[in-house]
Amino acid sequence: METTLVGFIALYIVMLAAFTGIEIISRVPAILHTPLMSGSNFVHGIVVVGALYALLNAATPAQQVVGFIGVLLGAGNAAGGYVVTKRMLAMFKASR
Amino acid sequence: MNPKLIIDATDFAAALLFILGLKRMSSPVTARSGIVVAGWGVLVATLASFLEAFGVSPLAQPHLGLNLTLGIAALLIGVSWAWWSGERVAMTAMPQMVALYNGMGGGAAACIAAVELASPEASLPSRVAIALVGALIGAASLSGSLTAWAKLDGKINKTLYLPGQQAINGLVLAATVVLGVLVVSNGGGTGLVAAFFVGALVYGVLTTLPIGGADMPVVVSLYNAFTGLAVGIEGYVLQKPVLVIAGVVVGAAGTLLTLVMARAMNRSVANVLFSRFGATTSAGTSTVQGTMKPAEASDAAVNMRYAGKVLIIPGYGLAVAQAQYKLYEFVKLLQAAGVEVKFAVHPVAGRMPGHMDVLLAEAGVPYDMMHELEEINEEFENTDVALVIGANDVVNPAARTDKTSPIYGMPILNADHARQVYVIKRGQGKGYSGVENELFFADNCNMVYGDAQAVLVKFIAAVKELGQ
Repeated sequence: METTLVGFIALYIVMLAAFTGIEIISRVPAILHTPLMSGSNFVHGIVVVGALYALLNAATPAQQVVGFIGVLLGAGNAAGGYVVTKRMLAMFKASR
Repeated sequence: MNPKLIIDATDFAAALLFILGLKRMSSPVTARSGIVVAGWGVLVATLASFLEAFGVSPLAQPHLGLNLTLGIAALLIGVSWAWWSGERVAMTAMPQMVALYNGMGGGAAACIAAVELASPEASLPSRVAIALVGALIGAASLSGSLTAWAKLDGKINKTLYLPGQQAINGLVLAATVVLGVLVVSNGGGTGLVAAFFVGALVYGVLTTLPIGGADMPVVVSLYNAFTGLAVGIEGYVLQKPVLVIAGVVVGAAGTLLTLVMARAMNRSVANVLFSRFGATTSAGTSTVQGTMKPAEASDAAVNMRYAGKVLIIPGYGLAVAQAQYKLYEFVKLLQAAGVEVKFAVHPVAGRMPGHMDVLLAEAGVPYDMMHELEEINEEFENTDVALVIGANDVVNPAARTDKTSPIYGMPILNADHARQVYVIKRGQGKGYSGVENELFFADNCNMVYGDAQAVLVKFIAAVKELGQ
């Protein structure tokens, strides 16, 4: 496996990403807490990409089964998170 | 072109789109485009990940055809099921649906760890240890979220609490960690790995079972943060920066939201997770003076019709009664009669962060009528009528005054400061905290007993009878 995230590089990424996450949410008004939670729930649906990687590199039946379940769950996370977030946001309207 | 380069480029684009998308979600004006922006990120990265087929490990090479078929099948099944269920879920059932999708993400992270642990390349002890940490968090998030889903959905309606629950939970966690250490030191072992996953799953269930409904905003948000963290950790194991960035951004944002929710209840996250509310604290010593005074629905409605300003405080009872449409119909009648109406929303009202705002938005209430606790609380002083619908603890003045009350210190909506308070409530029962609500006994408060939907129908009829 190729290694790109070596030692401190990974730590720097984690640190900056954590600050980004805190910055993003600290300005969200309370009325958008549900869509934001659900939207971030969708974003971690990117896990499906990792699950696909694991499945494509599966070499034993056990790995294939677990990898299949992983992709299934990850795809459900991503698609479900997207649909419900979009539906909720579509309802938020300003008064005319 | 080099497939690896395309994958890296789309991963980078996805990370960028996630941050831009989430940023747009911080305002109701831009939020709708935000989810679409983030959506493109996941779509592009998922499609590009099929290019991994050009660089699979030699051991997996003979299985590539089958693996690709399995991958496409899993994607199609997962996406179509989730799309179908997401389109038809009622807004009132949204907390459990968000919990369910979130748990699936945690499960996916745990699956990645399991596949990696079974591959000979993962022999480096530090990498095995990191994969196990992610697996523990992901698996506990899966089973914990599923338990939360079952509780919110009414599939489990008992709050199960065993004697010595915390000791049992601690033992399960300790045993799981020991199994993890054994996996690292033995360099794998299918039996040990399986036992480790069982331990993590059981721990998630045991931790979530005793947590009551009104604490769910904290729990749902916490598991969302956990899944993010698990995804970030497995991203490191797979050497996929986009997973690390997405996972950590969500983990940090989710942690902050969890803390905001806990603060809105004046409790620590640990207190929410590890102690039953009301069980470890005294239920308050002060005795409430006076009696609850009932009011006819029609009288209450007429009073509001001739009021100058009405503030409405929605609670979980509104969601249970599915009364948000009737409520807005009533509000529009009041507005047509020249009454100023605003909604005062407590941060932890309902079963997930912002639950009430979503329900009101569903009924068509414009978001500029919904106000947060801090910005509206002063206004109760010059409000004619405060209408409390299915809320209880969030308007209990004991939180301000009674140091012995379990909810002391919790920020509340100052409904009692309004000239007149009406409370729509099914019966005389206590709130989630098990405390009597002084507000209900106050001189300026009257109770309108009944299901919120039925009461609002009466309100609407009473106002319509008066004409404009």
